[in-house]
Amino acid sequence: MDNKMYVSSSPHFRSNSSTTKIMLDVIIALVPASIASVIIFGPMSLMLIAVCIATCVLCEYFSRKIMKRDTTIGDLSAVVTGLLLALNLPVNINPLIAIFGCVVAIVVVKQMFGGIGMNFVNPALAARIVLLVSFPNAMMTWVDAFWYKNPDAVASATPLSCETPASYMDLLLGTTGGSLGETCAVALVLGGIYLVIKKVISPIIPCVYILSSGLMALVVGEDPLYQILSGGLLLGAIFMATDYATSPITKWGKVIFAIGCGVLTILLRTYSNMPEGVSFSIILMNILVPHIEALTTPKAFGKVKKAKGDK
Amino acid sequence: MDKNLTFPKKPYRTHGGVHVPHRKNTAHAQSVIMPPPSSVTIPMSQHIGAPCKPVVKVGDVVSVGQIIGDSDAYVSAPIHSSVSGTVKKIEKIAAADGSKVDAITIESDGEMRMYEGITPPVINDLSDLLKAVRASGLVGLGGAGFPAHVKLNIPPDKEVDTLIINVAECEPYITADHREVLENSWAVMSGVYALKDILGLKRIIIGVENNKPDAIKELRTIADHEVDKYDEVRILALKASYPYGAEKVLIKACTNRTVPMGGLPSDAGCIVMNVASVAFLAEYMKTGVPLVKKRITVDGDAIKNPQNVIVPVGTSVKDIIEFCGGYKEEPKKLIMGGPMMGASVSDDSLFIAKQNNAILAFSEKEARLREESACIRCGRCVDACPMKLMPTSICQAVDAKDTKAMMNANILNCMECGCCSYACPANRHLVHNIRLGKQILNNEKKRQMTLKEGK
Repeated sequence: MDNKMYVSSSPHFRSNSSTTKIMLDVIIALVPASIASVIIFGPMSLMLIAVCIATCVLCEYFSRKIMKRDTTIGDLSAVVTGLLLALNLPVNINPLIAIFGCVVAIVVVKQMFGGIGMNFVNPALAARIVLLVSFPNAMMTWVDAFWYKNPDAVASATPLSCETPASYMDLLLGTTGGSLGETCAVALVLGGIYLVIKKVISPIIPCVYILSSGLMALVVGEDPLYQILSGGLLLGAIFMATDYATSPITKWGKVIFAIGCGVLTILLRTYSNMPEGVSFSIILMNILVPHIEALTTPKAFGKVKKAKGDK
Repeated sequence: MDKNLTFPKKPYRTHGGVHVPHRKNTAHAQSVIMPPPSSVTIPMSQHIGAPCKPVVKVGDVVSVGQIIGDSDAYVSAPIHSSVSGTVKKIEKIAAADGSKVDAITIESDGEMRMYEGITPPVINDLSDLLKAVRASGLVGLGGAGFPAHVKLNIPPDKEVDTLIINVAECEPYITADHREVLENSWAVMSGVYALKDILGLKRIIIGVENNKPDAIKELRTIADHEVDKYDEVRILALKASYPYGAEKVLIKACTNRTVPMGGLPSDAGCIVMNVASVAFLAEYMKTGVPLVKKRITVDGDAIKNPQNVIVPVGTSVKDIIEFCGGYKEEPKKLIMGGPMMGASVSDDSLFIAKQNNAILAFSEKEARLREESACIRCGRCVDACPMKLMPTSICQAVDAKDTKAMMNANILNCMECGCCSYACPANRHLVHNIRLGKQILNNEKKRQMTLKEGK
C-alpha cells in the first residue's frame, strides 16, 4: 500500500450535526415571526431585516479579516444575530441607527470577546440596550399594526405601556404595537416548538422562564397571561435566553437561569420606570452564567463515598 | 431467592449516550474460518499488565497451543502458538498504539498440528478454575484485554453476587459477539452455567442490545430450558444505544448499582464478562485448547466482501483483508476495533491480537477528517457523557494545562467512549484533548516522583 492513511484519535465517527445546521434551524424558526412582522408592520420591516442581516454579516467578515482570523460567516451565526436584532427594533427606526446597533452587536460584543461562543452577553440584546440608552426616542416610538395601510396613523404604544389593554386575540396574533418580531405570540411559539423538535434548544429555559414570570406576575398582582403574551417576553424566552453562549449548559443551571430571567422581567416591568424588562433581565442573568454553572456542575457518575444500589 | 437479587424487566436508567448508526452489515452471514496464513507474528503483549517473555528460540518447531511466551507477573497471560511450524524470528515490532513490543514470527507448515500436551483441565474448585483460566491465556475479549484470571479472582473483602455477560456490542459494524451467540450458543450457555456453579453466583444477567432480536431469542430458548431450574440466568434486552457495552454503564443498566469512581465492578458486587470470553472458557474446559484463534469482523466501505472471519492470533491484517477479497476502493483509514473506540493505524502490516474484534477499512468519503470550529457551548457533550462529566470544562483545563482543574473536572473518570466528540456540532476533538490531559497528568506525576527521589 503506497497511499497515506488518515490516522486520528477515536472516535472516528461524527454525528451529522454542525454549527451551520443549528444556526439554519434557528433562522427557520424565526421565519414565522419575520413573516408576521412583514404582514403586521409592512414592507418596511422586510427592509429593516435585510439591512440588519447584511450589516452583521459584513461586520463579521471584516472584523475577522482585520483581526487576522479565519472567516466564520459560513456558520450563519451573524445572520441569526442580525435577524434577532431586527426583530427587536421598532419598524420606523432610522436604518442608520439599526446599522449602528449591528456594529455594536458583532464587532464589540461578539468579535472583540473572541467570536462565536465566547461572548458573555447576547450580542443582539446588548446592542438593543445600547440603542435604547443612546436613542431612547427612536427606540420607543411605536406604530399601530397595519399603520402602513392608513397614512394618517399616529404613533402608538405597546400593550405594556398603553392605557387601554389589548385583547388576548390581538396579543396572540400580534396586531398590536411593538418591535418587529415580538408581537405575534403564535409565530414565536411555532418557532419555539420547531427548535425543541429539532433538539436545537432544550425546552427547559423557555418553559421555566414563562412559568416563573407568570407566577411572579401573580405575586405582584398583574395578569399573568397578559404579561406573558405582551412585550418581548416570548421572543426573549424562546430565542434570546436560549442563546448557547450566554446560557448555562447544565440542566439545573438552565432552571436557575430561567427563573432569574422570569422573576427579573416582571420586577423590572412593574417597578422600574421602563415599560419593558426582558432585555435587561436576560443580560443580567447572562453575566451570572459562569457562577450558575459552577454551582450546578453535575455530580460525576460514581462520585459517591459508597456505591448506591440494591445491595 | 434473595430479595435483593431481582431481575429487572427493563434496563435501569443510565445517563447520556448517543445514537450511532448500527451498520451491522455482517450480522446475518455465517463466520468463515480462514485457512492458516503462511506465517503469523504473535506480539508478546496482548493484555493489560506485564508483557510476556519469549520461551522459544529461532529455529524451534512449535505446534498449535504450545506456550511461546510467558511471564512470572500475576497480571499477565501466557501466549500460545496459533499455528504449527518453525519460529523464524523474534524481534520488536510496533503495536497499534505505537509502542514497541517483542513479537515471535512463526512460519506455518499448514498442518495446524495440535500440541501433544493439550488436555482438558480438571476443575473442582475456584483455585483450579483460576489456574486453568490463566493457562488458557484468556484475556477480556471485549477489547480491553484484561487477564481473565485476575478478573475472576475476587478479593476476599469484596462480595460479588452478580455475573453480567456483555453482549451489548454497541459499536457500529462489529458483529463478532452477535455471531458468537448465534453460532456458538451452546458454548455461551455452558460457560455461563460453569462459571455460575464454580463462583457460586445466584444471579446472571445477559445484557443484549435489542438490535439483535435473533440472539436474544436464541439465548432465551436455552435459558428457559430446564438446566436453569432455579431461574438464575436471565436475558435483559437493552435498548440499542451507545455505549451500553461499557462496563460501568452496563452494570448500572442491569443492576442499578454504581461503580464508585476509580473502583472496579467488584466494588458494585458484579463481574462483567464478554460473551466471547465465556464461550471460549466453555470450549477450553471441554478441549483444553488455549486461546489461539479469534472471530474478527471485517467491514467498512473499502472492503470488498465484509464478513466475520475466524483467524489464528497473529495473522496480519493484510492477509485477512486479502482473504476478504481485498479492497474495493483505495482505503484511507484503517481501524483496529470499532469506529467509536478503535485505534486507527497507519498501514495494514499489523497483526491480530487476542483482544481485537474488528478490522474496518474506510474510503476517502468516510475517512475524511472534519474541520474543528469554535465551541458554541451548546452543551451536547454534557448531555451525551455517560459518566456525567463536562467534557468542555475538562478541555478548557487541558488547554490551560491546569492539572488541578483537570482533576476537579474528574478527567480520570472519562473512559474515552467518544460520545462527546460524536455529539459535538463543532467537531471539537474532545476525547483527543482529554487523552492529552491524562498524559499531562501522568508526566506531572512522574516529574513529582523524580523530584522526591532526587531529594
